[in-house]
Amino acid sequence: MTNHIRISRTSSAAKLAAVLAALIVVILIAAPYWAGRADMRLMGEIFLYLALASLWNLLAGYAGLVSVGQQAYVGFGGYMLFALTIFAGLPPVVAIALAGVLGALISIPVAALIFRLRGAYFAIGTWVMAEVFRLSFAQVSALGGGSGTSLPTDIVRSMADGRSEREALAYWLALGAALVVVTAVYLLLRSRKGLALTAIRDNELASASLGIDIWRTKFFVYVVTSGLTAVIGALIFLQKLRISPDAAFSVNDWTAFVIFIVVIGGIGTIEGPIIGTLIFFLLRETLADLGTIYLMVLGLVAIVVMLKAPQGVWGFISQRFNLQLFPLGYRVERPKDS
Amino acid sequence: MDLVNAVVQGTLLGGLYALFAAGLSLIFGVMRLVNIAHGDLIVLAAYLGLTTTAALGVHPLVALIVVVPAMAGIGYVLQRAVLNHTLGDDILPPLLVTFGLSVIIQNALLEGYSADPQKMDAGALETASVALGPLSLGVLPLLTFAFAIAVIAGLQWVFYRTPLGRAFRATSDNQDIAQLMGLNKRHVFGMAMALALAVTAVAGILLGIRTSFDPSVGGGRLIFGFEAVIIGGLGNLWGTLVGGVILGVAQTVGATINPGWQLLAGHIAFLVILAVRPNGLFPRISG
Repeated sequence: MTNHIRISRTSSAAKLAAVLAALIVVILIAAPYWAGRADMRLMGEIFLYLALASLWNLLAGYAGLVSVGQQAYVGFGGYMLFALTIFAGLPPVVAIALAGVLGALISIPVAALIFRLRGAYFAIGTWVMAEVFRLSFAQVSALGGGSGTSLPTDIVRSMADGRSEREALAYWLALGAALVVVTAVYLLLRSRKGLALTAIRDNELASASLGIDIWRTKFFVYVVTSGLTAVIGALIFLQKLRISPDAAFSVNDWTAFVIFIVVIGGIGTIEGPIIGTLIFFLLRETLADLGTIYLMVLGLVAIVVMLKAPQGVWGFISQRFNLQLFPLGYRVERPKDS
Repeated sequence: MDLVNAVVQGTLLGGLYALFAAGLSLIFGVMRLVNIAHGDLIVLAAYLGLTTTAALGVHPLVALIVVVPAMAGIGYVLQRAVLNHTLGDDILPPLLVTFGLSVIIQNALLEGYSADPQKMDAGALETASVALGPLSLGVLPLLTFAFAIAVIAGLQWVFYRTPLGRAFRATSDNQDIAQLMGLNKRHVFGMAMALALAVTAVAGILLGIRTSFDPSVGGGRLIFGFEAVIIGGLGNLWGTLVGGVILGVAQTVGATINPGWQLLAGHIAFLVILAVRPNGLFPRISG
């Protein structure tokens, strides 16, 4: 009797999740027709944080590049949006895309320098880079120097006619960015490069001996992540309409929160940042009145998760129920009668 | 003349940066841990100094008698209760746990002391100066530099002349064999962190006398200390002093050219050295 073993990349849970996700996306696309103004703003912020968290997760969870300086690219993207629309007269949407390209370009010399630092020192090196970016943009008096500047009203008006149309556009851009980032991370991890990355994550020495060029793989991930982070940065400051060096390069807003999201949700999984973002905003909306106490609780939760359940919430669920909603691996299926 | 003055002042400032860096260098050397909360612990020490001077009515330098053992105690407990559990081959847990710690300390200080800038009053010491030819040297910067030399010499002596230092070096070389030789590495790491935070206490008090501080300045102090460590070379305490001096001189010279460039010049000096000598000027151990 022949034993038919099938190799499959998906599972019924993943198929169900894909259908549900498609349904949710359709509902979210329609949000400008059913949601209020404040809800849309909040959802836009959630999408942008989800994108930042997915990118940081790719960097730290898969490529092992623990950066505490991604605010460098958030701020850079934001400033590029302002500079390209104000000085070059580009339409905001073009400027956002171009900010991503420029962000990827500038990350090349940055990576060449800070990749000389290893492990934890790499982390602080990225922070130094972010400080260099902040101090440099604070010197540019055309962009308001240390006190920052606002996006001129005629540029804002050029995006769409009415206020609600503009807000809908900003919302769709944020939603689109989150979808593009999550899909891109998923497709990257399913590709040949993704296999190499997963191997590096699991054992750097073994993957090197199998012929994976570790430096080049990490470099590639760093540049792609930086470019996409700059796009998200441009979108964040398109929503805010005002930029200043301290807001643009804030380590708390663009790195600390993002790290907490990923750690609590589950680092090194695609689902983790999604769960983490939902938990983060749930906590924020209920505890934000507590101010500093809320941040202390967040830091404490992150420490406890890291010490007691380093796989995070999603890691716990996926181990318990053997679940993977974004199928990355291969499963061997045996026919039931054998 | 301005330039000579800037170089001299920068050298003395480098003493403070070396004090920021010495604790980082020490714990990295012993247990390969990079403590992201280091800057916030420096600020915590400054606030402890502030409370001590206010409560006992003593001079900030006298407050060292209270703050140094207090910080050492915090360090030992912190290491045994939390940080020891993060050590291992994976670099992620120690980084993220100390990062969370940094956020907790910052916000706890914000809750306890508010965001208003504070400063310690050291009386006549703050303005006293001695003339050296055409230069005028502040007594406080001179004292800070002397403290830096004394602290580093003291750490060197502990490392190479005492049983504790032998335990540090043994666990640094090979943790498992050190365990076999009867050392409890958890205790050794606790002692290393206690010593590092004792140094941090000195750095925090001197920082608090020199400038005003608030709960958010920790990150910047961590970066200065880190740059001094990398410039000087990993694991080399005297190199750390040189690194601090280079950083201080770059900042003061940068500020003479354009006041806005002070911090930027320091970072650029660091990046140039990173580009030219990735392992720092006098490396002892590889990262």
